[in-house]
Amino acid sequence: MARFFAKHLAFLLLTLLVVSFLVFALSEFSPGAVARKELGAYATQEQVDLLTRQMGLDRPLPVRYAEYLGKAAAGDLGYSARFKLPVKDVIGKHLGNTALLAALAFACIVPLSMLLGIAAGMRESSRLDRAILLFSTVVASIPEFALGVFLASVFVVWLGWLPGTATLVAGGGWSVATQLVLPVAVIVLFDSGYVISMIRASMIEVMQRPYIRTAVLKGMPLRDVILRHAVRNAMINPITVIMLQINYLIAGVVVVETVFAYPGFGRMMLEAALFKDIALVEAGALVAVFVAVATNILGDLAYMVLDPRIRA
Amino acid sequence: MTAPATAEALSVSPPATSRRRARDGWRRLARVGESTPATVGVLIILFWLAVAALAPLLAPYPPNATDLAALAHPTPSRAHWLGTDHLGRDLLSRLAWGARPVLVIAPLAVLGATALGCLLGLAAGYHRRWIDLVLTRACDIVLSFPVIILYMIILTTFGSSAWNIVGVLTLTKAPIIARIVRGMTLELRECEYVAAAKMRGESALYIMVVEILPNARGPLIVDMCLRTGYNIIIIGVLGFLGIGLPPPDPDWGGMVKDTYGMMSVWPHMALVPCAAISSLVIGFNLLAVGLRELGLRD
Repeated sequence: MARFFAKHLAFLLLTLLVVSFLVFALSEFSPGAVARKELGAYATQEQVDLLTRQMGLDRPLPVRYAEYLGKAAAGDLGYSARFKLPVKDVIGKHLGNTALLAALAFACIVPLSMLLGIAAGMRESSRLDRAILLFSTVVASIPEFALGVFLASVFVVWLGWLPGTATLVAGGGWSVATQLVLPVAVIVLFDSGYVISMIRASMIEVMQRPYIRTAVLKGMPLRDVILRHAVRNAMINPITVIMLQINYLIAGVVVVETVFAYPGFGRMMLEAALFKDIALVEAGALVAVFVAVATNILGDLAYMVLDPRIRA
Repeated sequence: MTAPATAEALSVSPPATSRRRARDGWRRLARVGESTPATVGVLIILFWLAVAALAPLLAPYPPNATDLAALAHPTPSRAHWLGTDHLGRDLLSRLAWGARPVLVIAPLAVLGATALGCLLGLAAGYHRRWIDLVLTRACDIVLSFPVIILYMIILTTFGSSAWNIVGVLTLTKAPIIARIVRGMTLELRECEYVAAAKMRGESALYIMVVEILPNARGPLIVDMCLRTGYNIIIIGVLGFLGIGLPPPDPDWGGMVKDTYGMMSVWPHMALVPCAAISSLVIGFNLLAVGLRELGLRD
C-alpha cells in the first residue's frame, strides 16, 4: 500500500512539474503581454518595456520559473490581471461553485447510469437493451452546448418553467435551486451516455460467466443472481471509468458554465486564457491537473478495494 | 467532451494472408447493411458529405451575404427556408458551407492522430524496456490533462486557425490510439508469424508495419469512427467558446455562439446549427456501434 501511494504521488508531482513548465514556457510566445494588458492599448512601447523590466519579466525563463515554483510552494500564486485579486482568492471562489455543480451532477450520473447500464446488460439484444443503447449513443453524441440549447428552448423559451441563466444570484423570480436544474441536467445527460455503455458492456461480459449460469441453474431467482453475483463483479471495471469521468466533467463544465453564465472554474479559465491572464491560467491549469490526477489515483484505489485479486 | 475508446474490448482478428485479408475487408464493408445502426449512420454521414460537396449548388445565397430586409422577420420564409441569423445571413447557406470545415478538419485530425499513435504504440509495444517506459509515461501525462484547458491555452497563445486545430487535436488524441496499439502489439508480438518473420531476418520496422499493424486494424477502425465524432464535438465546442475557426466564414459552433443569446426571441438561429452538428456526430457514433456489433459477431 505504501508503495502504491509513493508511486502515484511521484507521478502526480512529475505531471504537475511538466504541466507547469509547459504552460510557463507557452506564455513566452506573447512577450510583453502582461505589461501591455496592465497598461492598456494606448501605452507607448517604452512604458511597456519599462514595466516589463520592473516586474522582472525580462529575466531568463529558467530563473523566473524557479522563482515561480518557490513562491507557489510557499502558497503565493501571484495576482490576477483580469479579476484584480490574488489568484488564490479567484480560484477558491470559482472552484467552490464548480464543485457544487460537479457534485450535484455526479450524484445523478452514478445511480442513473448504474440503473440503465445494468438493466441493459442483463439481457443483451433484448428490446430494453436496444432502447437503452440507442438512448446512450444519442445523448453522448450531442455536444453540451447543443444539449443546453435544446433543453433551454423547451424549458425556458417554450414552457417557461426554468430560468435560462444560472448566475447563482437569486433574481427575476428564480431561486438558486431552479437555476441549477438545467446546467446539471446537461452534464448528467452527456456524461451518463458514456458511463451507461461502459457498465452495459461490463454487465454483458459478467452475465456470460459460468458462475452466473450455475446460480441460475441451481434455481436462484434471477433478481438475486443479478443483485448478489452479477452487479458486484460488473462494477469493478466501470468504477475506474467513473472516476476518470471527473476529468471529462471538468471539460464539460467549461461549456456548460459558458452556456448558462455560471460563475465557475471553467468560465474563469476561458476568460483568463482569452485575457492572457498568465498567472491565473498557470495556477488554474495546475489545479485542473491536480484534480484530474488525484481522481485517477482514487479510481485505482477503488479498483484495488473492490477486486482483491489485484491487491498485490 | 471526449471519452476514451471502448474499442480495446474488441478481440484481435486472427492472422491471415494478405489476399484473404483484402477479401475479408471487402466482405465486412459489404456487410455494413446487415446492421441497422451502421446503415443509419452511413446514410447520415453520406447526407452531410453530399451537402458539403454540393454547397455551392445548394446554398441559395453566398454564406456571408446579409439581407437587411430579412432582419425584420428572420424566421423561416420562402426567401430563406431556414430563416436568417441576427445579421440577416441566410442560415441554409451558412449551414451548407459550414459542413465543409468540419468534414475536413475532423477526419484529417483523426488520420494524423492515428498515424502518430500507431507509430508510438508500435514502438512502445515492440521494443519495450525504456522506450516503452518513456512513451507510456509521456502519454499518461497528456491523458491526465483536462484537454479543453490545454486547447484554451494553446489556441489563445498561438491564435486559432484550421491548421492549429488539426495540430492540437492530433497531439492530444494520439496518446489514446498509442495506448490501444501498444496493448495489441504486446499481444501480437508473441504470435508465430512474427517469430517467423524474425527468423527470416526482416527488419523491426517491416515486422511492425507489415506483420503487426494490419492485424490490429479492427479495433482501430471502430476507434477512428468514434474519434471522428468526438473531434466534431470538439470543433463545435471550440467554435462555441470563441476560440475556434475565425469568423466570418460559417462554422457551426461559431453560429451557435453568435446567436444563443437571442434564444428567447429567435430560438431557430441557434437550434439549426445545433441540430446539424448533433446529427453528424450521431451518424459517426451509430456507425461505430454497428461496426462493433459486426466485429463481435465474427
